[in-house]
Amino acid sequence: MAARDTFSAVVSFVAYGLLLALVWVRLAAPDVALTEAAIGSGVTGGLLLAASTRSRPTETPAAREKPGATLWLAAAILCTLASAGLAAIVLLLPEPAPTLAPQAAANIAATGLGNPITAVLMAYRAIDTLLETVVLLLALVGTWSLAPDRLWGGFPGPRHYADPDGVLSFVARLLVPIGILVGIHIFWVGSVAPGGEFQGATILAAMWILAMMAGLVGAPPVSRRWLRLVLVAGPAVFISIGLAGFAMASAFLAYPESHSKLLILTIEVPVTLSIATTLALLVAGPPERGPQQ
Amino acid sequence: MSAATLYGLCGAILVGMGLFGLIVHPQPLRKILAFNLIGGGVFLLFGAVARRGAAAGFGGDPVPQALVITGIVVAFSATALAVALLLRLFQETGRATLRSDG
Repeated sequence: MAARDTFSAVVSFVAYGLLLALVWVRLAAPDVALTEAAIGSGVTGGLLLAASTRSRPTETPAAREKPGATLWLAAAILCTLASAGLAAIVLLLPEPAPTLAPQAAANIAATGLGNPITAVLMAYRAIDTLLETVVLLLALVGTWSLAPDRLWGGFPGPRHYADPDGVLSFVARLLVPIGILVGIHIFWVGSVAPGGEFQGATILAAMWILAMMAGLVGAPPVSRRWLRLVLVAGPAVFISIGLAGFAMASAFLAYPESHSKLLILTIEVPVTLSIATTLALLVAGPPERGPQQ
Repeated sequence: MSAATLYGLCGAILVGMGLFGLIVHPQPLRKILAFNLIGGGVFLLFGAVARRGAAAGFGGDPVPQALVITGIVVAFSATALAVALLLRLFQETGRATLRSDG
């Protein structure tokens, strides 16, 4: 936070994200560690790095708007109080700690899954995950709507040029096929081991972003029908199976016990594809080149 | 003091630091960074609660852990939208400031 220019601050933020991922491993939450490293540090870091480079001319004028000493002091006192209050709560947490782990363990056999986190995400609290995929989609719609009228339906983000014999192209050619395999693997093992659709989708998205940055593939124009279909496929399948739950198991998003693993997989595959596409396009940003170019 | 408590305290400090950056830093991009710092702190508090709830052979309570995964993805969506708004403001006005008279 104390770094002089925003670019350095973002680099520190990425390092902080990776350290935070190590903390999650220490807290016995490898699934969260994967998500933090992939999304919290990786994709967010890439997005902020690009933004800090593009908004660099605004830094010097903005830095002159420094707050006065009174505001600074008041903010310092307020934030110390907030931290102290939260610290007191941490120290005064009830003993023994309340936990839903036994309930999660008792019902995990019914889901056909081996990873309790995936069971929470896809079965016990599936409505959260459904809403989350919709939030991602809404963020993308919001980002796209920022395009000026004349560029609507155009290509997202600036065009990337890279030396075809350069390091970036080489890394992209070498890493992307491996990365895609790793992404699919992380997604697939998510049912029994740390991993899952968000982590896998992020790796797939990162590979697409890398290929776009190296100029190997271009971003598709946002008006393409297949693109829109891929984007809504995940939430649409999720909602349909959720509604089918009324007929099959008498509740929204309830799965009949005999088919739960199959149904969860049927949801997960399109959701992973939709999330990967949405994440990559969120990083690419609103359309900046007209549809005719 | 257990590791969970220690990391919970780290989370509390992170929230304070992020809140301070959000108020004090004039650049919008720094504010977005600070917002993510607050998020990290809140998630760590969840992590501490989850770790304390270790039972039934699991290293932590899976429910708060799954909530954190959802939270990280939602925080990313909000960040991406905020960055897009910021870049558009810069494109439109040539400046990126939150001053109302600017």
